[in-house]
Amino acid sequence: MSEEIELMKGNEAIAQAAIRCGCDGYFGYPITPQSEILETLMAEQPWKTTGMVVMQVESEIAAINMVYGGAGCGKKVMTSSSSPGISLKQEGISYIAGAELPCLVVNVMRGGPGLGTIQPSQSDYFQAVKGGGHGDYNMIVLAPASVQEMADFTVLGFDLAFNYLNPVMILADGVIGQMMEKIVLPPFSPRKTAEEIKKLYPWATYGKSKDRKPNVISSLEIDSVEMEQRNLKFQRKFQLMEENEIRYEEFETTDAEYILVAFGSTARICQKSVEIAREQGIKLGLIRPITLWPFPTPILYQYTSKVKHFFSIEMNAGQMVEDIRLAVNGKAKVDFYGRLGGIVPSPIEVVEFVKSKIA
Amino acid sequence: MKTEEIFIAGFGGQGVLSMGKILAYSGLMEGKDVSWMPSYGPEQRGGTANVTVILSDNRISSPILNSYDTAIILNQQSLTKFEKSVNPGGILIYDSYGITTPPTRKDILVYRIDAMDKSIEINATKAFNMIILGGYLKIRPIVSLESVLLGLKKSLPERHHHLIPMNEAAIKVGMDIIYQV
Repeated sequence: MSEEIELMKGNEAIAQAAIRCGCDGYFGYPITPQSEILETLMAEQPWKTTGMVVMQVESEIAAINMVYGGAGCGKKVMTSSSSPGISLKQEGISYIAGAELPCLVVNVMRGGPGLGTIQPSQSDYFQAVKGGGHGDYNMIVLAPASVQEMADFTVLGFDLAFNYLNPVMILADGVIGQMMEKIVLPPFSPRKTAEEIKKLYPWATYGKSKDRKPNVISSLEIDSVEMEQRNLKFQRKFQLMEENEIRYEEFETTDAEYILVAFGSTARICQKSVEIAREQGIKLGLIRPITLWPFPTPILYQYTSKVKHFFSIEMNAGQMVEDIRLAVNGKAKVDFYGRLGGIVPSPIEVVEFVKSKIA
Repeated sequence: MKTEEIFIAGFGGQGVLSMGKILAYSGLMEGKDVSWMPSYGPEQRGGTANVTVILSDNRISSPILNSYDTAIILNQQSLTKFEKSVNPGGILIYDSYGITTPPTRKDILVYRIDAMDKSIEINATKAFNMIILGGYLKIRPIVSLESVLLGLKKSLPERHHHLIPMNEAAIKVGMDIIYQV
Protein backbone atom coordinates (compact mmCIF):
# COMPACT_ATOMS: atom_id res chain seq x y z
CA MET A 1 0.00 0.00 0.00
CA SER A 2 1.22 3.47 -0.86
CA GLU A 3 2.47 5.61 2.02
CA GLU A 4 0.72 8.60 0.47
CA ILE A 5 -2.82 7.48 1.37
CA GLU A 6 -4.04 9.05 4.57
CA LEU A 7 -7.23 9.20 6.57
CA MET A 8 -8.51 12.60 7.60
CA LYS A 9 -11.49 14.92 7.95
CA GLY A 10 -12.58 17.14 5.09
CA ASN A 11 -11.69 20.23 7.10
CA GLU A 12 -8.19 18.89 7.77
CA ALA A 13 -7.80 18.14 4.06
CA ILE A 14 -8.46 21.79 3.18
CA ALA A 15 -5.82 22.95 5.65
CA GLN A 16 -3.20 20.45 4.46
CA ALA A 17 -3.90 21.24 0.80
CA ALA A 18 -3.60 24.98 1.47
CA ILE A 19 -0.14 24.55 2.98
CA ARG A 20 0.96 22.24 0.16
CA CYS A 21 -0.26 24.41 -2.72
CA GLY A 22 1.78 27.39 -1.60
CA CYS A 23 -0.91 29.45 0.11
CA ASP A 24 0.53 32.66 1.57
CA GLY A 25 -2.04 33.38 4.23
CA TYR A 26 -5.13 32.13 6.04
CA PHE A 27 -7.30 34.45 8.13
CA GLY A 28 -10.26 33.10 10.06
CA TYR A 29 -12.41 32.95 13.13
CA PRO A 30 -13.58 29.59 14.54
CA ILE A 31 -17.12 28.29 14.05
CA THR A 32 -18.53 24.75 14.01
CA PRO A 33 -18.51 22.71 11.78
CA GLN A 34 -15.32 24.04 10.17
CA SER A 35 -13.05 24.93 13.09
CA GLU A 36 -10.64 22.08 12.23
CA ILE A 37 -9.41 24.13 9.25
CA LEU A 38 -7.98 26.78 11.57
CA GLU A 39 -7.03 24.21 14.23
CA THR A 40 -5.09 22.06 11.75
CA LEU A 41 -3.27 25.09 10.34
CA MET A 42 -2.31 26.21 13.85
CA ALA A 43 -1.11 22.71 14.75
CA GLU A 44 0.93 22.38 11.56
CA GLN A 45 2.62 25.78 12.12
CA PRO A 46 3.34 26.35 8.41
CA TRP A 47 4.96 29.73 9.21
CA LYS A 48 7.95 27.68 10.31
CA THR A 49 8.12 25.68 7.09
CA THR A 50 6.61 27.35 4.01
CA GLY A 51 6.30 30.78 5.60
CA MET A 52 2.50 30.75 5.28
CA VAL A 53 0.77 33.16 7.67
CA VAL A 54 -2.06 31.75 9.79
CA MET A 55 -4.10 34.17 11.86
CA GLN A 56 -7.04 33.69 14.16
CA VAL A 57 -8.41 37.19 13.96
CA GLU A 58 -11.02 39.07 15.96
CA SER A 59 -13.96 38.53 13.63
CA GLU A 60 -15.12 37.14 10.30
CA ILE A 61 -15.28 40.67 8.93
CA ALA A 62 -11.66 41.33 9.89
CA ALA A 63 -10.69 38.02 8.24
CA ILE A 64 -12.24 38.79 4.84
CA ASN A 65 -10.75 42.29 4.85
CA MET A 66 -7.30 40.88 5.60
CA VAL A 67 -7.89 38.59 2.63
CA TYR A 68 -8.76 41.69 0.58
CA GLY A 69 -5.48 43.31 1.64
CA GLY A 70 -3.39 40.20 1.07
CA ALA A 71 -4.94 39.59 -2.35
CA GLY A 72 -4.22 43.19 -3.29
CA CYS A 73 -0.54 42.46 -2.69
CA GLY A 74 -0.72 39.56 -5.16
CA LYS A 75 -0.70 36.96 -2.38
CA LYS A 76 -2.48 33.61 -2.40
CA VAL A 77 -4.86 34.11 0.52
CA MET A 78 -7.97 32.48 1.91
CA THR A 79 -10.55 32.48 4.65
CA SER A 80 -13.10 29.95 5.83
CA SER A 81 -16.21 29.97 7.97
CA SER A 82 -19.66 28.47 8.29
CA SER A 83 -22.99 29.99 7.28
CA PRO A 84 -23.49 32.85 9.82
CA GLY A 85 -19.83 33.80 9.47
CA ILE A 86 -20.07 33.75 5.68
CA SER A 87 -22.98 36.19 5.86
CA LEU A 88 -20.68 38.57 7.73
CA LYS A 89 -18.08 38.30 4.95
CA GLN A 90 -20.40 39.26 2.10
CA GLU A 91 -19.45 42.93 1.97
CA GLY A 92 -15.78 41.98 1.69
CA ILE A 93 -16.45 39.39 -1.01
CA SER A 94 -18.32 41.98 -3.09
CA TYR A 95 -15.42 44.45 -2.70
CA ILE A 96 -12.89 41.77 -3.72
CA ALA A 97 -14.98 40.93 -6.80
CA GLY A 98 -15.29 44.65 -7.57
CA ALA A 99 -11.53 45.17 -7.24
CA GLU A 100 -10.89 42.06 -9.39
CA LEU A 101 -8.74 40.22 -6.91
CA PRO A 102 -8.18 36.47 -6.47
CA CYS A 103 -9.01 34.68 -3.22
CA LEU A 104 -10.50 31.47 -1.86
CA VAL A 105 -13.47 31.49 0.51
CA VAL A 106 -14.60 28.23 2.13
CA ASN A 107 -18.13 27.83 3.50
CA VAL A 108 -18.77 24.61 5.45
CA MET A 109 -22.53 25.09 5.69
CA ARG A 110 -24.68 24.58 8.78
CA GLY A 111 -28.43 24.97 9.23
CA GLY A 112 -29.88 28.47 9.24
CA PRO A 113 -31.35 31.02 9.19
CA GLY A 114 -29.74 33.04 11.96
CA LEU A 115 -27.37 31.26 14.28
CA GLY A 116 -29.40 28.15 13.44
CA THR A 117 -27.84 24.78 14.17
CA ILE A 118 -24.36 23.32 13.88
CA GLN A 119 -25.65 20.35 11.88
CA PRO A 120 -25.11 20.03 8.09
CA SER A 121 -27.19 22.01 5.62
CA GLN A 122 -27.11 23.33 2.06
CA SER A 123 -29.24 26.37 2.63
CA ASP A 124 -26.59 28.88 1.52
CA TYR A 125 -26.90 27.84 -2.15
CA PHE A 126 -28.68 31.06 -3.16
CA GLN A 127 -26.20 33.16 -1.18
CA ALA A 128 -23.26 31.50 -2.94
CA VAL A 129 -24.51 31.38 -6.53
CA LYS A 130 -26.86 34.36 -6.80
CA GLY A 131 -24.70 37.03 -5.25
CA GLY A 132 -24.67 37.13 -1.48
CA GLY A 133 -22.97 40.49 -1.53
CA HIS A 134 -24.27 43.49 -3.47
CA GLY A 135 -23.72 44.34 -7.10
CA ASP A 136 -23.50 42.40 -10.36
CA TYR A 137 -20.83 39.82 -9.63
CA ASN A 138 -20.49 36.06 -9.74
CA MET A 139 -17.98 33.67 -8.29
CA ILE A 140 -17.08 30.17 -9.31
CA VAL A 141 -18.64 27.94 -6.65
CA LEU A 142 -17.14 24.45 -6.21
CA ALA A 143 -19.16 21.81 -4.34
CA PRO A 144 -16.97 18.96 -3.05
CA ALA A 145 -18.57 15.58 -2.35
CA SER A 146 -15.60 13.84 -0.74
CA VAL A 147 -12.65 14.52 1.51
CA GLN A 148 -10.41 14.08 -1.53
CA GLU A 149 -12.28 16.85 -3.33
CA MET A 150 -11.91 19.17 -0.32
CA ALA A 151 -8.15 19.03 -0.95
CA ASP A 152 -8.36 18.99 -4.75
CA PHE A 153 -10.73 21.97 -4.90
CA THR A 154 -8.49 24.00 -2.59
CA VAL A 155 -5.77 23.72 -5.22
CA LEU A 156 -8.18 24.17 -8.12
CA GLY A 157 -10.00 27.05 -6.41
CA PHE A 158 -6.82 29.09 -6.10
CA ASP A 159 -5.89 28.35 -9.73
CA LEU A 160 -9.30 29.54 -10.95
CA ALA A 161 -9.20 32.60 -8.70
CA PHE A 162 -5.86 33.69 -10.21
CA ASN A 163 -6.92 32.79 -13.78
CA TYR A 164 -9.92 35.08 -13.60
CA LEU A 165 -8.86 37.49 -10.84
CA ASN A 166 -12.06 36.80 -8.99
CA PRO A 167 -13.06 35.24 -5.66
CA VAL A 168 -13.79 31.48 -5.74
CA MET A 169 -15.90 29.69 -3.13
CA ILE A 170 -15.78 26.11 -1.91
CA LEU A 171 -19.32 25.35 -0.77
CA ALA A 172 -19.18 22.28 1.47
CA ASP A 173 -21.34 21.21 4.40
CA GLY A 174 -20.93 19.73 7.87
CA VAL A 175 -20.94 16.17 6.55
CA ILE A 176 -17.99 16.63 4.20
CA GLY A 177 -16.18 18.82 6.74
CA GLN A 178 -16.50 16.37 9.63
CA MET A 179 -16.26 12.96 7.97
CA MET A 180 -13.00 11.08 7.56
CA GLU A 181 -12.10 9.34 4.32
CA LYS A 182 -9.06 8.18 2.45
CA ILE A 183 -7.15 10.90 0.72
CA VAL A 184 -4.02 11.46 -1.32
CA LEU A 185 -2.73 14.96 -0.58
CA PRO A 186 -1.53 17.19 -3.42
CA PRO A 187 2.22 17.53 -3.97
CA PHE A 188 4.11 20.41 -2.39
CA SER A 189 4.57 23.51 -4.52
CA PRO A 190 6.47 26.50 -3.15
CA ARG A 191 4.95 29.90 -2.36
CA LYS A 192 5.57 32.57 -4.98
CA THR A 193 8.59 34.75 -4.28
CA ALA A 194 8.35 38.56 -4.21
CA GLU A 195 10.11 38.62 -7.60
CA GLU A 196 7.64 36.16 -9.11
CA ILE A 197 4.69 38.16 -7.81
CA LYS A 198 6.09 41.36 -9.38
CA LYS A 199 6.47 39.63 -12.70
CA LEU A 200 3.21 37.64 -12.73
CA TYR A 201 0.89 40.20 -11.13
CA PRO A 202 1.97 43.66 -12.28
CA TRP A 203 -1.31 45.07 -10.90
CA ALA A 204 -0.42 44.13 -7.31
CA THR A 205 0.60 46.63 -4.62
CA TYR A 206 3.97 45.14 -3.84
CA GLY A 207 5.80 48.45 -3.32
CA LYS A 208 6.25 51.21 -5.89
CA SER A 209 9.50 51.72 -7.73
CA LYS A 210 10.42 55.18 -9.09
CA ASP A 211 9.88 54.23 -12.73
CA ARG A 212 6.14 53.66 -12.58
CA LYS A 213 2.87 55.09 -11.31
CA PRO A 214 1.34 53.64 -8.13
CA ASN A 215 -0.91 50.60 -8.49
CA VAL A 216 -4.31 51.33 -6.99
CA ILE A 217 -6.61 48.59 -5.68
CA SER A 218 -10.17 49.85 -5.34
CA SER A 219 -13.73 48.85 -6.10
CA LEU A 220 -14.81 52.52 -6.14
CA GLU A 221 -15.53 54.36 -9.39
CA ILE A 222 -17.58 57.54 -8.97
CA ASP A 223 -18.00 58.14 -12.71
CA SER A 224 -20.97 56.04 -13.85
CA VAL A 225 -19.78 55.93 -17.43
CA GLU A 226 -16.54 54.37 -16.25
CA MET A 227 -18.37 52.12 -13.81
CA GLU A 228 -20.58 50.77 -16.58
CA GLN A 229 -17.48 49.93 -18.63
CA ARG A 230 -15.98 48.22 -15.64
CA ASN A 231 -19.17 46.19 -15.18
CA LEU A 232 -19.21 45.20 -18.85
CA LYS A 233 -15.67 43.93 -18.45
CA PHE A 234 -16.77 41.89 -15.41
CA GLN A 235 -19.66 40.46 -17.42
CA ARG A 236 -17.33 39.35 -20.23
CA LYS A 237 -15.22 37.60 -17.60
CA PHE A 238 -18.27 35.86 -16.12
CA GLN A 239 -19.29 34.77 -19.62
CA LEU A 240 -15.85 33.20 -20.11
CA MET A 241 -16.31 31.32 -16.85
CA GLU A 242 -19.70 30.05 -18.05
CA GLU A 243 -18.14 28.90 -21.31
CA ASN A 244 -15.09 27.20 -19.81
CA GLU A 245 -15.56 26.22 -16.19
CA ILE A 246 -18.68 24.07 -15.95
CA ARG A 247 -17.89 20.87 -14.07
CA TYR A 248 -20.20 17.98 -13.25
CA GLU A 249 -20.28 14.23 -12.69
CA GLU A 250 -22.74 11.66 -14.03
CA PHE A 251 -23.64 8.42 -12.28
CA GLU A 252 -25.70 5.65 -13.97
CA THR A 253 -27.26 8.11 -16.42
CA THR A 254 -26.73 6.20 -19.68
CA ASP A 255 -30.04 4.32 -19.58
CA ALA A 256 -31.73 6.44 -16.91
CA GLU A 257 -35.44 7.21 -17.15
CA TYR A 258 -35.33 9.43 -14.08
CA ILE A 259 -32.50 11.64 -12.92
CA LEU A 260 -31.63 12.91 -9.47
CA VAL A 261 -29.72 16.17 -9.31
CA ALA A 262 -27.79 16.71 -6.09
CA PHE A 263 -24.56 18.33 -4.95
CA GLY A 264 -22.06 17.85 -2.12
CA SER A 265 -22.85 15.30 0.57
CA THR A 266 -26.41 14.96 -0.72
CA ALA A 267 -24.96 13.64 -3.99
CA ARG A 268 -23.20 10.89 -2.02
CA ILE A 269 -26.48 9.95 -0.36
CA CYS A 270 -28.21 10.00 -3.75
CA GLN A 271 -25.58 7.64 -5.20
CA LYS A 272 -26.73 5.09 -2.65
CA SER A 273 -30.35 5.90 -3.55
CA VAL A 274 -29.53 5.13 -7.19
CA GLU A 275 -28.00 1.79 -6.15
CA ILE A 276 -31.09 0.91 -4.09
CA ALA A 277 -33.53 2.03 -6.82
CA ARG A 278 -31.71 0.00 -9.48
CA GLU A 279 -31.94 -3.12 -7.28
CA GLN A 280 -35.70 -2.51 -7.35
CA GLY A 281 -35.71 -2.18 -11.15
CA ILE A 282 -36.11 1.62 -11.29
CA LYS A 283 -33.83 3.16 -13.89
CA LEU A 284 -32.57 6.05 -11.79
CA GLY A 285 -29.44 8.10 -12.47
CA LEU A 286 -27.66 11.02 -10.85
CA ILE A 287 -26.12 14.23 -12.12
CA ARG A 288 -23.89 15.99 -9.62
CA PRO A 289 -23.11 19.62 -10.43
CA ILE A 290 -19.54 20.21 -9.24
CA THR A 291 -19.64 23.88 -10.14
CA LEU A 292 -22.86 25.33 -8.76
CA TRP A 293 -21.92 28.52 -10.58
CA PRO A 294 -21.49 28.23 -13.49
CA PHE A 295 -24.34 25.73 -13.31
CA PRO A 296 -24.28 22.80 -15.78
CA THR A 297 -27.32 24.25 -17.54
CA PRO A 298 -26.48 22.98 -21.07
CA ILE A 299 -25.84 19.45 -19.76
CA LEU A 300 -29.23 19.20 -18.06
CA TYR A 301 -30.91 20.65 -21.13
CA GLN A 302 -29.30 17.99 -23.35
CA TYR A 303 -30.72 15.27 -21.10
CA THR A 304 -34.28 16.50 -21.66
CA SER A 305 -34.22 14.79 -25.07
CA LYS A 306 -34.39 11.42 -23.30
CA VAL A 307 -35.25 12.06 -19.64
CA LYS A 308 -38.61 13.63 -18.80
CA HIS A 309 -38.49 13.66 -15.03
CA PHE A 310 -35.81 15.21 -12.80
CA PHE A 311 -35.62 15.29 -9.01
CA SER A 312 -33.75 17.94 -7.10
CA ILE A 313 -32.56 16.59 -3.74
CA GLU A 314 -31.20 19.21 -1.35
CA MET A 315 -30.69 19.99 2.33
CA ASN A 316 -32.74 23.18 2.09
CA ALA A 317 -36.25 24.34 1.21
CA GLY A 318 -35.63 24.23 -2.56
CA GLN A 319 -32.88 26.42 -3.97
CA MET A 320 -30.93 24.59 -6.69
CA VAL A 321 -34.29 23.33 -8.01
CA GLU A 322 -34.82 26.81 -9.50
CA ASP A 323 -31.66 26.48 -11.59
CA ILE A 324 -32.71 22.99 -12.70
CA ARG A 325 -36.12 24.34 -13.81
CA LEU A 326 -34.38 27.13 -15.74
CA ALA A 327 -32.04 24.56 -17.32
CA VAL A 328 -34.74 22.12 -18.51
CA ASN A 329 -36.83 25.09 -19.62
CA GLY A 330 -40.18 23.34 -19.40
CA LYS A 331 -39.06 20.29 -21.35
CA ALA A 332 -39.14 17.97 -18.33
CA LYS A 333 -40.90 17.68 -15.01
CA VAL A 334 -38.88 18.72 -11.96
CA ASP A 335 -39.80 17.61 -8.44
CA PHE A 336 -38.07 18.71 -5.27
CA TYR A 337 -37.32 16.91 -2.02
CA GLY A 338 -35.44 18.52 0.83
CA ARG A 339 -34.76 18.29 4.54
CA LEU A 340 -34.24 21.39 6.63
CA GLY A 341 -32.48 22.77 9.64
CA GLY A 342 -29.59 20.32 9.84
CA ILE A 343 -31.47 17.09 9.11
CA VAL A 344 -29.70 14.90 6.54
CA PRO A 345 -31.96 12.82 4.28
CA SER A 346 -31.34 9.07 4.15
CA PRO A 347 -30.83 7.14 0.90
CA ILE A 348 -34.11 5.19 1.42
CA GLU A 349 -36.05 8.41 2.04
CA VAL A 350 -34.97 9.68 -1.39
CA VAL A 351 -35.95 6.41 -3.10
CA GLU A 352 -39.39 6.48 -1.41
CA PHE A 353 -39.91 10.05 -2.60
CA VAL A 354 -39.03 9.15 -6.19
CA LYS A 355 -41.39 6.16 -6.05
CA SER A 356 -44.22 8.32 -4.71
CA LYS A 357 -43.83 10.67 -7.67
CA ILE A 358 -43.51 8.11 -10.47
CA ALA A 359 -46.26 5.74 -9.28
CA MET B 1 -16.44 -8.91 2.91
CA LYS B 2 -17.84 -6.54 0.34
CA THR B 3 -19.18 -3.83 2.62
CA GLU B 4 -19.62 -3.65 6.39
CA GLU B 5 -21.70 -0.84 7.83
CA ILE B 6 -21.11 -0.31 11.55
CA PHE B 7 -22.85 2.05 13.92
CA ILE B 8 -21.41 2.74 17.37
CA ALA B 9 -23.35 4.73 20.00
CA GLY B 10 -22.84 5.55 23.65
CA PHE B 11 -21.97 8.34 26.06
CA GLY B 12 -19.44 11.01 25.17
CA GLY B 13 -16.17 9.97 26.81
CA GLN B 14 -16.67 6.22 26.38
CA GLY B 15 -14.38 6.22 23.37
CA VAL B 16 -17.10 5.75 20.77
CA LEU B 17 -15.53 8.04 18.19
CA SER B 18 -11.98 6.82 18.76
CA MET B 19 -13.04 3.18 18.52
CA GLY B 20 -14.63 4.01 15.18
CA LYS B 21 -11.46 5.80 14.14
CA ILE B 22 -9.31 2.75 14.98
CA LEU B 23 -11.67 0.53 12.95
CA ALA B 24 -11.42 2.93 10.01
CA TYR B 25 -7.62 3.02 10.23
CA SER B 26 -7.55 -0.79 10.39
CA GLY B 27 -9.57 -0.93 7.18
CA LEU B 28 -7.19 1.58 5.61
CA MET B 29 -4.28 -0.75 6.49
CA GLU B 30 -5.96 -3.49 4.47
CA GLY B 31 -6.45 -1.23 1.46
CA LYS B 32 -10.21 -0.95 1.91
CA ASP B 33 -12.28 2.11 1.20
CA VAL B 34 -13.38 3.60 4.53
CA SER B 35 -15.60 6.35 5.85
CA TRP B 36 -16.04 7.64 9.40
CA MET B 37 -18.96 9.97 10.02
CA PRO B 38 -19.35 11.23 13.60
CA SER B 39 -22.13 13.00 15.36
CA TYR B 40 -20.39 16.26 16.14
CA GLY B 41 -20.85 19.22 18.41
CA PRO B 42 -22.47 19.14 21.84
CA GLU B 43 -21.78 15.41 22.14
CA GLN B 44 -18.15 16.18 22.90
CA ARG B 45 -19.33 17.99 26.00
CA GLY B 46 -21.29 15.05 27.44
CA GLY B 47 -24.52 13.43 26.33
CA THR B 48 -24.65 10.78 23.65
CA ALA B 49 -22.13 10.30 20.85
CA ASN B 50 -22.33 8.11 17.78
CA VAL B 51 -20.36 7.31 14.69
CA THR B 52 -21.02 5.48 11.42
CA VAL B 53 -18.05 3.55 10.07
CA ILE B 54 -18.14 1.88 6.66
CA LEU B 55 -15.45 -0.49 5.38
CA SER B 56 -15.77 -1.70 1.82
CA ASP B 57 -13.92 -3.43 -0.98
CA ASN B 58 -15.75 -1.06 -3.34
CA ARG B 59 -16.06 2.71 -3.47
CA ILE B 60 -18.35 3.91 -0.66
CA SER B 61 -21.32 5.95 -1.82
CA SER B 62 -23.26 7.39 1.12
CA PRO B 63 -21.36 7.87 4.40
CA ILE B 64 -24.73 8.33 6.11
CA LEU B 65 -27.20 5.47 6.47
CA ASN B 66 -30.42 4.77 8.30
CA SER B 67 -29.85 1.07 8.96
CA TYR B 68 -26.71 -0.92 9.68
CA ASP B 69 -25.19 -4.40 9.44
CA THR B 70 -23.85 -4.08 12.97
CA ALA B 71 -24.79 -1.77 15.83
CA ILE B 72 -22.59 -1.51 18.92
CA ILE B 73 -24.61 0.11 21.68
CA LEU B 74 -23.12 1.28 24.94
CA ASN B 75 -25.96 2.94 26.83
CA GLN B 76 -29.70 2.64 27.39
CA GLN B 77 -30.66 5.84 25.53
CA SER B 78 -28.89 4.66 22.40
CA LEU B 79 -30.31 1.14 22.71
CA THR B 80 -33.85 2.50 22.92
CA LYS B 81 -33.24 4.77 19.94
CA PHE B 82 -31.23 2.50 17.63
CA GLU B 83 -32.29 -1.13 18.26
CA LYS B 84 -34.67 -0.73 15.31
CA SER B 85 -31.84 0.46 13.04
CA VAL B 86 -30.12 -2.92 12.72
CA ASN B 87 -30.73 -4.62 9.37
CA PRO B 88 -32.78 -7.84 9.66
CA GLY B 89 -30.26 -10.67 10.08
CA GLY B 90 -27.72 -8.13 11.35
CA ILE B 91 -25.83 -7.95 14.61
CA LEU B 92 -26.49 -5.98 17.79
CA ILE B 93 -23.74 -5.89 20.42
CA TYR B 94 -24.48 -4.19 23.72
CA ASP B 95 -22.67 -3.54 26.93
CA SER B 96 -24.86 -4.53 29.87
CA TYR B 97 -23.73 -1.70 32.18
CA GLY B 98 -26.68 0.54 33.01
CA ILE B 99 -29.04 -1.34 30.69
CA THR B 100 -32.52 -1.58 32.20
CA THR B 101 -34.39 -2.75 29.08
CA PRO B 102 -32.34 -5.30 27.12
CA PRO B 103 -32.92 -5.72 23.37
CA THR B 104 -36.00 -7.70 22.35
CA ARG B 105 -35.70 -8.18 18.58
CA LYS B 106 -35.75 -11.79 17.36
CA ASP B 107 -34.77 -11.17 13.72
CA ILE B 108 -31.22 -10.13 14.53
CA LEU B 109 -28.27 -11.71 16.36
CA VAL B 110 -27.87 -10.13 19.79
CA TYR B 111 -24.55 -10.32 21.65
CA ARG B 112 -23.83 -9.10 25.15
CA ILE B 113 -20.48 -8.01 26.46
CA ASP B 114 -19.91 -6.96 30.08
CA ALA B 115 -17.00 -4.76 29.12
CA MET B 116 -17.59 -2.00 31.67
CA ASP B 117 -17.65 -4.46 34.57
CA LYS B 118 -14.60 -6.25 33.20
CA SER B 119 -12.65 -3.03 32.66
CA ILE B 120 -13.24 -2.08 36.32
CA GLU B 121 -12.28 -5.59 37.45
CA ILE B 122 -8.97 -5.59 35.58
CA ASN B 123 -8.31 -1.92 36.34
CA ALA B 124 -8.37 -0.90 32.66
CA THR B 125 -11.34 1.46 32.38
CA LYS B 126 -9.46 3.55 29.83
CA ALA B 127 -9.31 0.54 27.51
CA PHE B 128 -13.07 -0.04 27.81
CA ASN B 129 -13.63 0.70 24.14
CA MET B 130 -10.87 -1.72 23.13
CA ILE B 131 -12.59 -4.51 25.06
CA ILE B 132 -15.73 -3.71 23.05
CA LEU B 133 -13.72 -3.64 19.81
CA GLY B 134 -12.27 -7.07 20.66
CA GLY B 135 -15.76 -8.45 21.19
CA TYR B 136 -16.89 -7.06 17.85
CA LEU B 137 -13.88 -8.48 16.00
CA LYS B 138 -14.54 -11.91 17.52
CA ILE B 139 -18.05 -11.86 16.01
CA ARG B 140 -17.11 -10.05 12.80
CA PRO B 141 -13.42 -10.58 11.97
CA ILE B 142 -13.56 -8.04 9.15
CA VAL B 143 -10.00 -6.87 9.76
CA SER B 144 -7.05 -8.80 11.19
CA LEU B 145 -5.71 -8.08 14.68
CA GLU B 146 -2.44 -7.16 13.00
CA SER B 147 -4.20 -4.42 11.00
CA VAL B 148 -5.92 -3.17 14.14
CA LEU B 149 -2.57 -2.80 15.88
CA LEU B 150 -1.20 -0.96 12.86
CA GLY B 151 -4.34 1.17 12.87
CA LEU B 152 -3.84 1.94 16.55
CA LYS B 153 -0.30 3.02 15.84
CA LYS B 154 -1.46 5.28 13.05
CA SER B 155 -4.35 6.87 14.94
CA LEU B 156 -2.58 7.39 18.29
CA PRO B 157 -0.06 10.19 18.74
CA GLU B 158 3.47 8.83 19.21
CA ARG B 159 3.57 9.72 22.90
CA HIS B 160 0.80 7.16 23.48
CA HIS B 161 2.41 4.32 21.54
CA HIS B 162 3.59 2.68 24.76
CA LEU B 163 -0.10 2.00 25.50
CA ILE B 164 -0.53 -0.24 22.46
CA PRO B 165 0.30 -3.53 24.27
CA MET B 166 -2.29 -2.67 26.95
CA ASN B 167 -4.85 -2.02 24.19
CA GLU B 168 -3.96 -5.30 22.51
CA ALA B 169 -4.51 -7.13 25.79
CA ALA B 170 -7.91 -5.41 26.18
CA ILE B 171 -8.93 -6.46 22.66
CA LYS B 172 -8.10 -10.08 23.55
CA VAL B 173 -10.12 -9.81 26.78
CA GLY B 174 -13.08 -8.59 24.73
CA MET B 175 -12.77 -11.55 22.39
CA ASP B 176 -13.04 -13.88 25.38
CA ILE B 177 -16.00 -12.37 27.21
CA ILE B 178 -18.54 -11.65 24.45
CA TYR B 179 -21.42 -14.10 24.20
CA GLN B 180 -24.64 -14.55 22.27
CA VAL B 181 -27.88 -13.85 24.12
